[in-house]
Amino acid sequence: MDDVVSIGAVEKIRKHFPILQQEVNGKPLIYFDNAATSQKPLSVIESITEYYQEYNSNIHRGVHHLANIATGKFESTRQKVADFLGTDDLGEIIFTSGTTDSINLVAQAWGRLNIHSGDEILVSELEHHSNIVPWQILAQEKNAIIKVIPVTDKGEWDLSNLEELLSERTKIVAVNHVSNALGTINPIEIIINRSRQVGAKILIDGAQSVVHFEVNVKSIDCDFYCFSAHKLYGPTGVGVLYGKREVLESMAPYRGGGEMIKTVSFKGTTYNELPHKFEAGTPNIEGIIAFGSAIDFATSLDKDWVQFHEKQLLDTATTFLQEIEGMKIYGTSAQKVSVVSFLVDGIHPYDLGTLLDQQGIAVRTGHHCTQPLMERFKIPGTVRASFAIYNSIEEVNIFADALRKSVKMLR
Amino acid sequence: METIEDRQKEIIQEFGMFDDWMQKYEYIIELGKDLPVIEQEFKTEDHLIKGCQSKVWLHADFGADGMVRFTADSDAIITKGLVSLVIRVLDGMNGQDIAQSDLHFVNDIGLTSHLSPTRSNGLASMIKQMKIYGMLAANQQPQP
Ligand SMILES: Cc1ncc(COP(=O)(O)O)c(C=O)c1O
Repeated sequence: MDDVVSIGAVEKIRKHFPILQQEVNGKPLIYFDNAATSQKPLSVIESITEYYQEYNSNIHRGVHHLANIATGKFESTRQKVADFLGTDDLGEIIFTSGTTDSINLVAQAWGRLNIHSGDEILVSELEHHSNIVPWQILAQEKNAIIKVIPVTDKGEWDLSNLEELLSERTKIVAVNHVSNALGTINPIEIIINRSRQVGAKILIDGAQSVVHFEVNVKSIDCDFYCFSAHKLYGPTGVGVLYGKREVLESMAPYRGGGEMIKTVSFKGTTYNELPHKFEAGTPNIEGIIAFGSAIDFATSLDKDWVQFHEKQLLDTATTFLQEIEGMKIYGTSAQKVSVVSFLVDGIHPYDLGTLLDQQGIAVRTGHHCTQPLMERFKIPGTVRASFAIYNSIEEVNIFADALRKSVKMLR
Repeated sequence: METIEDRQKEIIQEFGMFDDWMQKYEYIIELGKDLPVIEQEFKTEDHLIKGCQSKVWLHADFGADGMVRFTADSDAIITKGLVSLVIRVLDGMNGQDIAQSDLHFVNDIGLTSHLSPTRSNGLASMIKQMKIYGMLAANQQPQP
């Protein structure tokens, strides 16, 4: 694939994203904060208004026309998510409010039953706070121990001591597929394989992976896989928890309420089947329906092109960054998604972020909700540029000029 | 005697001379470099005003007649430049006046966004703390 094909493709894709056609501080907006949340295509935005204008209704309970349409569309998203993740069991797809909510669900609904005093939970040093704190809450309650896979200077897992970290005491291994702060694609297959040998359950935080490459939960063979719709062109407030049926069946409900019950009586209540057992209350109906449109959009993209284009964006950015004096890139693994995190010697990330914003460029500065990782590198935070399919090489070049200008001003 | 209002007007006039954001920020960065840094002994946890992203250290000395002297520092240069502007307006002023001041100049020179708490640079909290010091200084004064 050559550059010309790529430029044409990006232009076509950008037409789907109305938000990108604006100016910020008098400059065309360049949105490089995609790892925080992606922008939304028109089809997703339209499905939200369509829902409210045409068939707003509560799902599952009604016999009337609107309720049937809404329920049908809602459940069709579940089918799309199942196809997207490679399972044919719809009971394995639970809607949550996001990755954070999915992890908390597992920490509570699975963890309370299965974690006991002295048991171990294995995470890694590059986890998002969302995949640390829920386990800490559980560990504190149960007097369990959290063990941590360290990270190398390149921002990769150091698995040399994995034998010591994993034992019969390890009950669950909860790790992320792609690091949000550094972009590293982690070798989850190694961890999953070794964890199986000690009988530990496995949760993968896929918040940063599904937008970049295909994931098949059956072939990676994890027990839980979590992600958020809003990082995959979808709306906020919607997430997915995939869980293996037999593991989900063994879990007690996490929250009580409507929808998750079969019968309620003061003598005792029986619970609904999967997946509804874990979906108490009225869900984010319009969000989940719009999420269906987001998956349609994501799956309509040419996978090879996505990989090719994102790599080109990353390589172009990495090359120009390396030419800046005093530049240090954090996360230099050969296995990376289109995320680049960096610091310039003697310059505070906040200052760079402020000057880039003046030039219409949105990057993220700070600790990226990964304080233990920042501590590992002994830095307060980084500047992070994360690229998406609708970003162009041209934008990366403008970013290069803007960054050079900013660094010059701050020196 | 120069008032807080006079000093704000002066700054607004200075910024009126810049035609683009670059000149404005270059000036703020210069101010940041020039700010007399807080004494090392005051660069401690209890002088720290927490912004999530950049830190500000602030120290106040209470002088005679309810007057307050400020020194400060920040780890980010733009924050430091903004801190220096606020200090220029409030330093050596009467505690009562500091406590009641309305720092509209930040808005007038087009830097309002830096004051929003979501910006998390510690500037808004610093101004709040300066006003508290102003109030303390005013209360320490014996009533005439
Ligand atoms: C790796 C990772 N895990 C978890 C989360 C939390 O996702 P959410 O805030 O959508 O629940 C994020 C989002 O930044 C993330 O990048």
